[in-house]
Amino acid sequence: MAKGDSAITVEGLTKRFGSVVALDGIDFGVTTGTVFGLLGPNGAGKTTAIRVLTTILTPDGGRAEVLGHDVVREAEAVRYRIGLAGQFAAVDPNLTGHENLRLVGRLAQMPRGSIRPRSEELLERFGLADAADRPVRTYSGGMRRRLDVAAALVQRPPVLFLDEPTTGLDLHSRNALWAMIRELVADGTTVLLTTQYLEEADRLAHRIAVVDVGRVIAEGTPSELKARLGHTVIEIGMSQEADALRAQAVLSGFASGSPDREGTTIRLASGDGPRFLMEVLRSLDAQGLAPATLGVREPSLDDVFLTLTGRHAEPVASPEKQAAPIRGAR
Amino acid sequence: MSQTAIAIPPPTERHGLRRLGGAVSDTIAMAGRNLITYRRVPQLLVFSTIQPVIFVLLFRYVFGGAVSSSLSVPYVDYLMPGIFVQLTVFGAIGTAIGLATDLKSGLLERFRSLPMARSGVLAGRTIADLARNVFVMALVSVVGFAVGFRVHTNALLFLAGIALVLMFAYALSWVFAFVGLAVGDPETAQAAAFPIIAPLVFASSAFVPVETMPGWLQAFADYQPVSVTASAVRALVLGGPTTSYVLQSLAWIAGIIILSAPIAVRRYRRAL
Repeated sequence: MAKGDSAITVEGLTKRFGSVVALDGIDFGVTTGTVFGLLGPNGAGKTTAIRVLTTILTPDGGRAEVLGHDVVREAEAVRYRIGLAGQFAAVDPNLTGHENLRLVGRLAQMPRGSIRPRSEELLERFGLADAADRPVRTYSGGMRRRLDVAAALVQRPPVLFLDEPTTGLDLHSRNALWAMIRELVADGTTVLLTTQYLEEADRLAHRIAVVDVGRVIAEGTPSELKARLGHTVIEIGMSQEADALRAQAVLSGFASGSPDREGTTIRLASGDGPRFLMEVLRSLDAQGLAPATLGVREPSLDDVFLTLTGRHAEPVASPEKQAAPIRGAR
Repeated sequence: MSQTAIAIPPPTERHGLRRLGGAVSDTIAMAGRNLITYRRVPQLLVFSTIQPVIFVLLFRYVFGGAVSSSLSVPYVDYLMPGIFVQLTVFGAIGTAIGLATDLKSGLLERFRSLPMARSGVLAGRTIADLARNVFVMALVSVVGFAVGFRVHTNALLFLAGIALVLMFAYALSWVFAFVGLAVGDPETAQAAAFPIIAPLVFASSAFVPVETMPGWLQAFADYQPVSVTASAVRALVLGGPTTSYVLQSLAWIAGIIILSAPIAVRRYRRAL
């Protein structure tokens, strides 16, 4: 597979569990040798998409291919070409780190002689060499997580699926994992990762699809998406709700979208943060309004969601929650 | 990982005979993995041995006196074949718990994304549990012989009886494989298994002759698989006509496997 071909093709995939629609005609494509990020809150359907692509679940409708092989009709061929690190550290607590990796190597049908050196190499690489012969139940959460990712790499899969790979990792392990993903991609591996963190998608992915209730609601390169969704978020905290209401009224005059208020906090987004911030502070000052707190930050998944859907990026747990007005409007 | 020098040849896809060989190899890998668990967590083995040992002592010394008057052989000789059968029934809970644990931990998800034989996980589990049964059975035999159990026929027929019990145990582990996958949680698996097990073990001829039970219960107790298998083992070990009971037991074993293995495999394909 040359770089530039499509490694993963997903067309109109649907999957429901009883009355819950997990995938509602999701579409996307991943170019070989790139990182594609599925970004969305809990319950958006990211994990279901990964499970269908890794042949664990059969979709109800639509089509998906991995390296040209249909995930339903040619599931076996797909399994020879993929690696998966799921949301939970799927390693056997009673086996040692080494035994876990060797088991995966065997079940991935690797040639016998190459399993042990590969396992040793990965344990070294993930900083687990010292713990290699200890049962995994003695590992810390971060160590288990690293072993889980290592297990996904044993057979050197050309396509790698990582479902929220950095959830539960400390900063150091997270950075190490990010570096490793970049190396794999430099070597030609295709990576599909899911994340709830815009920062992670931004730092790693060549393209991002924002997923909501089983559909892609926005797709593009990180810079395209950020240009669309506002670069900078400004959060102004007033000491009293009455002041916040007044400030909201003042600022609704010139913000690109109407400012979002939550209690005493007002949130605005802008593509030109510094200049916009000065304008905001001048207008507030002119009305005799002094912010109690001031925050300037890059947009989070929640901001992206608010812009795209008018809702906060909360898992949709119940119909009441789904129908509830956005928090900022209360 | 560009700096690595180790070249990994791509895995080869399997077809035809190699596929069958692959299924065997995957099953061995999975069985090996499950047996390591018994070595690393010896409590699992200890507890599956303690229960039958307590039953041997309890029934031999506490209840035995009350039952023995109606028997033509010493009670302990009547009891041990029943003990062998019941220990495999209780042991089968382990199959359910093991699979439920793997399901809950996400391990089954990983296995299903790997190009391994679909039968490997369940076959590996049931075979490892068969090995555990061999071990427990050997220990309990020693205890039985120590408290006075004697084979009236010969060693060969005794071993045939043990083999029959192991076959019965293997059939049962497929039923409990299904239970474990269906409930998907180790604690629930334990709770769900008990109502299946209790009537099979206690409304049977495993510990006491069924003649003293009420008629409606006798109808069940006479023909259910635990009784039939216990009677078959008794005939093999203590003498008497063996053919009918052994055939009935084999029919139960075949029937249970034919029914439960496809259901368990189907459940495995769907479970998540």
